[in-house]
Amino acid sequence: MSMVKLTKTEKRIAFRQKVLDLAGANIMRCYQCGECSGGCPESAVMDLLPNQVIHKIQLGDESVLDTNTFWICSSCLICSARCPKGIDIAKVMESLREISLRAKKSYVTLEALTKEELEELPQIALISSFKKQTS
Amino acid sequence: MTEKIAYYPGCTAKSYAKYMDLTAREVMKKFDIELVELTRWTCCGTFFGLAEDNLTSQLAPMRNMIRTREDGFTDLTTTCSMCYNTLKRANILIQNDEEKASRLNAFMYEEEDYEGDVRVWHLLELLLEKVDIAGIAKKIVNPLKGLKVAPYYGCTLLRPKEVTIDKNPEKPTILSDLIFALGAEAVETPYMTECCGSYLTVKDKHLVADRTNRIIGSAARREADLLVVSCPLCQFNLDRRQKEARELNSALPEIPVVYFTQLMALALGVDVKELGFHEHYVDPTPVLRKRKLLGTPMKVPVKVKK
Repeated sequence: MSMVKLTKTEKRIAFRQKVLDLAGANIMRCYQCGECSGGCPESAVMDLLPNQVIHKIQLGDESVLDTNTFWICSSCLICSARCPKGIDIAKVMESLREISLRAKKSYVTLEALTKEELEELPQIALISSFKKQTS
Repeated sequence: MTEKIAYYPGCTAKSYAKYMDLTAREVMKKFDIELVELTRWTCCGTFFGLAEDNLTSQLAPMRNMIRTREDGFTDLTTTCSMCYNTLKRANILIQNDEEKASRLNAFMYEEEDYEGDVRVWHLLELLLEKVDIAGIAKKIVNPLKGLKVAPYYGCTLLRPKEVTIDKNPEKPTILSDLIFALGAEAVETPYMTECCGSYLTVKDKHLVADRTNRIIGSAARREADLLVVSCPLCQFNLDRRQKEARELNSALPEIPVVYFTQLMALALGVDVKELGFHEHYVDPTPVLRKRKLLGTPMKVPVKVKK
């Protein structure tokens, strides 16, 4: 299958490849219908909409790592369930989280939580947040 | 004869959601099914790890499967939707990906090899399979007449499609079927399959408060008396975060959020004192009293201890 070459710089190709490796290779199929962003319950507070993130990844643009989109994603899988091209968008978000976390960038730190919060929150909330948002 | 099935409570079922656990056991007893808690169990990992190259998050759910086999069971059930999702997806991965399964087995060389031969059930799914909806309706002694209940599925019971407990994940009906079987009226809302904000409640609770405002608000507009859930995190977000939601929208009415097991236990005649309603942020007791579902001796038969 031949593909349009969206980017030529090595750094961009390497970043794109990293995401493709972590999330599966079908990101390039995205044709920007916006179904993911339409269904996403949190898209209103995201810096970039999920479909914009996918586009940036196709272009190998590392600036997606500076957005809050993938930290706000709570893996509810609405986007993945509805994507007409079968892209697992939640998995793409997870791959961006993994890339950030492996570079020791955390979104949540245990020290930042107050005693009251720690007492109030159930384990299920703390464990899942630490799993997804701390390195 | 009482049927025995392996039971995985999950961490939160032992603390915040202990009444989910206790009522689940009571409910299953009424249908002659005994939930046998695994002799040893660990955290399920809360979320199925999605990254292709990271197998470590599959170890925890897999160990629980191995414990199930060690206890001599082939079926495992849990009430928590998140545990169900994580355990079931890890199990499917082991069944379908030989290479990953053998790497996981090699890593846990001190354990027996596991091939994915445990069947994972959500408690509701198990009930519908073993008892079915008519069988549930037959055992009701305190029909929840006049009670309007909004089902709330959340994410992990329905998505992805490999693990869904309803054949139509975009428009599920299984909780509504249950609500009708208990004698109550189901009030479906457009938010019933949308995320409650999940773990964002730790760092971005204002986002969760906004979700809670929408979800509770849409149930209130449809005049629901209470919301029914099967996940402790949904329960926390929709119940406790009503406090923060009311800061966003002072007109938001208080709607209690209960586990489906609590509601079933009430309809099956378990004493209301054992349902743990006092631990809820929004107490369900006033609305249940208003609907005359509490303590009317004509409806709730006195338990006879043998």
